[in-house]
Amino acid sequence: MTPATNPGAPFMARLLRHEWVTAKFRGATHHRTIGFGYLAISLIAVIIGALLSLVMRTHLAWPTWLLPLHGPILPEEYLALVTMHGTLMLFFVLTVAPQSGFGNLILPAQLGTRHMAFPRLNALGLYLTALALLTLLAAFFVPGGAPIGGWTAYPPLSSTPLAGPGQGTGMDLWLGSIALFAIATTLNAINTLTTITNLRCEGLTWERLPLTVWGWFTAALLSILAFSVLLAAILLLFCDRHLHSGFFLPAQDLVSGVLLQHRGDGSPLLWLHLFWFFGHPEVYIAILPGMGLTSMVIANFSRRRVFAYRLMIATTLLIGFLGILVWGHHMFVAGLNPFAGTAFSISTIAIAIPASAKVFSWLATTWGSRPRLTTPMLFALGFVSLFITGGLTGPILAQPILDEYLHNTFFVVAHFHLIMAMAGVFGLFCATYYWAPLLFHRTLSEPLGKLHFWTTLLGAYSTFLPMHFAGLAAQPRHYSQLTGIAGPSANLLQSTLPLQRHITVSAIFLVCAQLPFFWNFLLTLRRPANHPSDANPWHATTMEWEPNALHPHPNDQQSIVYRGPSHYNDSGEEFLPQWSAVNTFNTEAE
Amino acid sequence: MQAPQAIPPTHGFWNLPIDAAAHGHALDAHLLLNLWIALALLALAHLILLLGVAIRKRTPRPYHQLFIEYLPLAALTLLFAFLALRAQQLWAAQRYTGADLSAMQVEVTGQQFVWYFRYPGPDAAFGRTSLSLVAPAEGNPLGIDPSDTHGRDDIVTSQLVLPANREVDLTLLAQDVIHGFAIPEMRIKQNAIPGQTTHIHFTPELPGDYAILCTQVCGMGHYRMLATLRILPPADFATWLHTHEAAKPEAQP
Repeated sequence: MTPATNPGAPFMARLLRHEWVTAKFRGATHHRTIGFGYLAISLIAVIIGALLSLVMRTHLAWPTWLLPLHGPILPEEYLALVTMHGTLMLFFVLTVAPQSGFGNLILPAQLGTRHMAFPRLNALGLYLTALALLTLLAAFFVPGGAPIGGWTAYPPLSSTPLAGPGQGTGMDLWLGSIALFAIATTLNAINTLTTITNLRCEGLTWERLPLTVWGWFTAALLSILAFSVLLAAILLLFCDRHLHSGFFLPAQDLVSGVLLQHRGDGSPLLWLHLFWFFGHPEVYIAILPGMGLTSMVIANFSRRRVFAYRLMIATTLLIGFLGILVWGHHMFVAGLNPFAGTAFSISTIAIAIPASAKVFSWLATTWGSRPRLTTPMLFALGFVSLFITGGLTGPILAQPILDEYLHNTFFVVAHFHLIMAMAGVFGLFCATYYWAPLLFHRTLSEPLGKLHFWTTLLGAYSTFLPMHFAGLAAQPRHYSQLTGIAGPSANLLQSTLPLQRHITVSAIFLVCAQLPFFWNFLLTLRRPANHPSDANPWHATTMEWEPNALHPHPNDQQSIVYRGPSHYNDSGEEFLPQWSAVNTFNTEAE
Repeated sequence: MQAPQAIPPTHGFWNLPIDAAAHGHALDAHLLLNLWIALALLALAHLILLLGVAIRKRTPRPYHQLFIEYLPLAALTLLFAFLALRAQQLWAAQRYTGADLSAMQVEVTGQQFVWYFRYPGPDAAFGRTSLSLVAPAEGNPLGIDPSDTHGRDDIVTSQLVLPANREVDLTLLAQDVIHGFAIPEMRIKQNAIPGQTTHIHFTPELPGDYAILCTQVCGMGHYRMLATLRILPPADFATWLHTHEAAKPEAQP
């Protein structure tokens, strides 16, 4: 549209639609550009987050260690490391990479379309996420440093600069960053939902959607609910900090010898409710796309349909739905009515049922299929293993009487690192190796990939399994030192020191195990691109592998889907992709 | 006062500290049952996963969805329902009702980064407190109101001393930020929240010295917000209490 055709439009709208402007921004609003932008943000965040955790771990195991160019790690610096590690990993890695990154890169192609529903909204989401990351990292460089209250930012610790270093400007930057992030994620979720609802190509019914799309769809639904609540909570906390309101604060609060008066008589418990109403769906936002991808990759390399496909769609939605009913299991000992503990315990344990159904499907799809153990398949199987190991401690922590003992110990740290962080990261590696031919027009090296897989699996288990035993010994989280303490606590804390040293060494090994991946990546980029005949090296059946899936439709002919994903013959040697009009198996189209 | 016996910090395969409270035995039994079940399911699932990959003969789908999906799911549902029900019984026994009226009353106050314990004294009533009266340097860290006679005999300590085999009702308070009050050997944990009063009750059994930890990150000194719980035989406890009551002459009418 030229400005002349719509003279009534406001000046800015006409300017934005000017041909010169649209040509300039077409590249920037392309979903692949945006997807790579999101992945770049995640890559920066994961490198910083991992290095922060190594500093933290080394200090915990060897408290006299001096960080080069810095010196000893002070207690408040340790807590700042914890806070920033959690925030970077949860928000900027596990939310951004699977949902915004791979969602943008692959989702349109899996739907047989060529773009996302709202390209400019999409670009805005990327820029806001980048701004959010910069704002967060700026907290390291302000007086007082980064906030020390953990990624959950419970008030009153988070509501006044008097509560500790980092709770002044650092905390304000943290709140600003997460507010921007919440807006960006909501924009991306709206875009994802609209794209899936409106832009599916002809023949792509809801039942024929790959489970990855169902994962992105459910995660986007959860994002809208969860992040809008988080944004509201952050605004209220901001008011408590700067406008003397008392949403989360009692009328009187004595911090560092200063009596703080607030208008109204609020409760910190309200923040816990709002935060965890966001926080629990958030962990499903991080893991649901990985669960969907695992199903599809296991089916593809087992050359079988996903076992109980419709049930897998149902369990994805059910996990999402139950995920918004369980926030109180983070608050069993927070001061709720004990009846609430019972209610949240039941809804939480209920999640074990759809989650187990997913595990059965993965096991049944793989069983006796003589699968091709390629690197993406190994990472998918690794996802299953970590999901089982991390998942089995879920029902334990869901029982309030047991959580009373285990709450805020290393047992919880082990649980969520296995099921969310490690399984989530394995999902991301699975996606990278599997979709590399689409992302970089090259297949990543298999020998290096396998080396990467086995060392990472070993590192992950060696780091996080022993944490359970530290937790069972009652070792609390967020303790910046375990030695130099008097009284009976000394025995308890010091008893885990050998275990903690083993964990630290394993964590260093785990981070080093990522070097083959980067080496693989650099080597692959130097090789020539795959030959066009090798455009579908995994013999996959879903629409992103359709020839021309990355280019505009030839002759403007739109894609057509003829069947559901994962159609193979009994021997597994032949396959029927979703885009193939010819049905050589003579089976009924599904 | 006798020296506390040396207790190894943890024991057994699962690395638990000893349990020294009356409700700890049932809790531990349930926890260990859960852990062994989780370990067994972990091993079983991985066995199926590895075997399924290792079988070198490709089998066409010989199985039915009912047997592979719904029956195991039903079995797991029953198992989890049983565990949840048992946990619920233990939770209800500990939390659904308050402490017995004869329980010993102690008030616990958390502030960055210390725990204070207040005993009501011979009048069995706590004096009024106010945050505006808090003055640690003047020996009034809890802000006990001097105009309230109930407060004059209150005993404030930095160590929690309790008699064995008598139920105690702890009133948890926080002056500044949220703290987590935890005694691993007593198998209890409960947050102390500014502006809110919470209760937790338990019966210590085994005399000895135990760690009191803060388990909710509360600021830079979180790691050193530690205290000691000393459980004494009832006769020793009576002596301890009388000594402290006698040290408060202004409390005598």
